[in-house]
Amino acid sequence: MNSKLPLLAVVLAVCLSAGVPARALDANGQLEDPVLQARYERITKDLRCLVCQNESIADSNVELASDLRRQVREMLSAGKSDDAIFDFMTDRYGEFVRFNPPLEPKTLLIWGAPFLVLVLGVVIIFRIVRRRSRMPLDDESAPGPL
Amino acid sequence: MWKFLLPFAAFVALAVLFAFGLNPKRDIHALPSPLIGKAAPSFSLTDVMDPNRAVSNAAFKGQVYIVNVWGTWCEACRQEHEALLGIARQQVVPIIGLVYMDQRDNAKEWLEQLGNPYTAVAFDTDGRTAIDWGVYGAPETFLVDGQGRVIYKFISPMTPEVWQREFLPRIAAARRAGA
Repeated sequence: MNSKLPLLAVVLAVCLSAGVPARALDANGQLEDPVLQARYERITKDLRCLVCQNESIADSNVELASDLRRQVREMLSAGKSDDAIFDFMTDRYGEFVRFNPPLEPKTLLIWGAPFLVLVLGVVIIFRIVRRRSRMPLDDESAPGPL
Repeated sequence: MWKFLLPFAAFVALAVLFAFGLNPKRDIHALPSPLIGKAAPSFSLTDVMDPNRAVSNAAFKGQVYIVNVWGTWCEACRQEHEALLGIARQQVVPIIGLVYMDQRDNAKEWLEQLGNPYTAVAFDTDGRTAIDWGVYGAPETFLVDGQGRVIYKFISPMTPEVWQREFLPRIAAARRAGA
């Protein structure tokens, strides 16, 4: 009937499954307080699993990630603030453990680079446009300098 | 002028970036430890060989010592074992072993079969000591000076060359500074 149908089904399946977060990793179940659970999920998503460096500890199933999740869980239950938990982790594993490094002098370049490139692009476009607007308009007979 | 200089500058910048970033000698998984220069986290665990005996790094205070993190699951640890035995024979510094993510019996068997280079071997039951030390794999080897500060961390299997090149000079310097 339609040869594109199987392809469409695959595309749909991929797109739909992308929205379903895999939460099966946590064998310990949810924290009792939903507010704590929300903080727990946010914090573990922002902490890098150092074994598989592009995964967060929320997504990784290696043992180190599960040890670190336990640590986060315990600190939350003990009433520690988010900052205290992040400090605990960076004291031991360095800034690299955070996917979202805080804005401070040494991370200024990371945060500023996109804006820097944007400004650079605007300057380059501005110069090109200005140069071209100075060129003569008629050029069917005489090709321009470019 | 700009037309030539700008691409040239861009080329040089890229070349420098690649020379650093694509250097095959650089281990992209080796992360700098934030522990360097700070007090070594203290631990008090039980001995792998004897669960009734405590192993604490406080007992080594005032000495230069190394902490070697390993596990029987770790192939690279088997690789470095021979080197550690050699280092132990030199009797330069005490070597504290830290068994990580492992079973006590497995670790015990390993040491009985392959030989025991460690002055003491601590058994990290639940991985908390490893977290305190910022351990994320094995083997990892830390050097602690006489003031109890971590002065160096080596991530990879130990070899006699690494011991010669990275550890011995630092041990000597730490002893000079402590004396």
